[in-house]
Amino acid sequence: MQTVVANNRWFIVLTVVVALMLSVMPLPQEISWLRPQFVAMVFIYWSLALPQTVGILSAWMTGLSLDVVSFSVFGQHTLAMVIVAYICLLSYQRIRTYQPWQQAIWIFVMLGIYQLFVNWVHSLTGHSARPSEFLLPAVASALLWPIVHVLLERFRVIYRVS
Amino acid sequence: MTIILVDVFTPYLKPVKAKLSAVAAPFYWVTSIPSRISEWGQVNIVTRDQLVEENRALKEQLLIHQRKLQGMAAVVTENVRLRELMNSAEMVAEQVLVAEMIGVSSDPLVHKVVINKGSRDNVYVGQPLLDAHGLMGQVVEVGPISSQVLLITDSTHALPVEVNRNGVRAIVEGTGDLYRLELRHVSNTVDIKEGDLLVSSGLGQRFPRGYPVGRVLEVIHDPGRPFASIRVEPMAQLNRSRHVLLVFRDTTTPQSTTTAELTDEP
Repeated sequence: MQTVVANNRWFIVLTVVVALMLSVMPLPQEISWLRPQFVAMVFIYWSLALPQTVGILSAWMTGLSLDVVSFSVFGQHTLAMVIVAYICLLSYQRIRTYQPWQQAIWIFVMLGIYQLFVNWVHSLTGHSARPSEFLLPAVASALLWPIVHVLLERFRVIYRVS
Repeated sequence: MTIILVDVFTPYLKPVKAKLSAVAAPFYWVTSIPSRISEWGQVNIVTRDQLVEENRALKEQLLIHQRKLQGMAAVVTENVRLRELMNSAEMVAEQVLVAEMIGVSSDPLVHKVVINKGSRDNVYVGQPLLDAHGLMGQVVEVGPISSQVLLITDSTHALPVEVNRNGVRAIVEGTGDLYRLELRHVSNTVDIKEGDLLVSSGLGQRFPRGYPVGRVLEVIHDPGRPFASIRVEPMAQLNRSRHVLLVFRDTTTPQSTTTAELTDEP
């Protein structure tokens, strides 16, 4: 079996940091429900592309850093991220063969699950949202997924991240 | 999972969160760069005519405010004299610190903002925040150079107010909508009308007395319900104020247990 040599792993961290920045970018209140879940999308990409490199532990750390940056309850995004990462790591072989639009639908389902867990924790602290509202980020992410996928794929090949 | 429960139901993680908010501050600083640049552009790239025009408008405004202030001086001395007559406690002198908003919570459900002042500037938890038009919220977490402010429209926030016209007391709650507050548990016979100004009553020991909070938009009396439902529009421009004021009290009152924050929502 071919051994995996770590190469340019800093790039994974860089993309996550950029995603964190995009996720706290100020947006007008009216369209703030349409903000895609950048961090989750980037993490899903890496868990599909390099399942041997990123795992549950890195999902945990990514989720916690999103919690820290977005001032949410500690563990809110962590829990959601770990669950989504687990599903991704189970099914990456099948998902890789999908067409972009099929992947987009699958991203919608993944981020729908993600948003469900995020909102479950929200309801513990007294914030509640309607399902039609809290699924909007999943829709936005699914629409953005083909672009994110192409961009990250391009960069991964250029920098030979493994 | 465990970490969620620990964070929601116990205060053990508070110090850790305060430390980690220092990590989060650079992110907000970086993402606020575009708006800073545009603000810089608005300040620096203007024609002379615009400056002259602005100067004229400001001078006019200053004149109007000064005229109001002249009246105020007499009113203040009269008020102090009346209070002396009644032997009541003197008014607490308040100091303010101008802060700048550097970030907004990315979660649409949570109405929190980040300001660029922290424990280095003696900001403390529970400190009220104002803008030029009214009360905005209270500080909930303090880091070294930044702190988080919970806005009054957050659905977990409530504060005691009184009607400016007749002194009727009530509790105003956030709804999760940036443009809407609600008065809770006000019976149908209470004298509150459309257009009434609500000011903070200072009863929760958290907010200073007499700052404008909101204006009553509509009062709905539904005979089928025990309480009237009253919609209030916040006075502060919660979504566009950039420069905000932190209010310090000279006399440091001990934090009372009756906080202005409701944590359990029915």
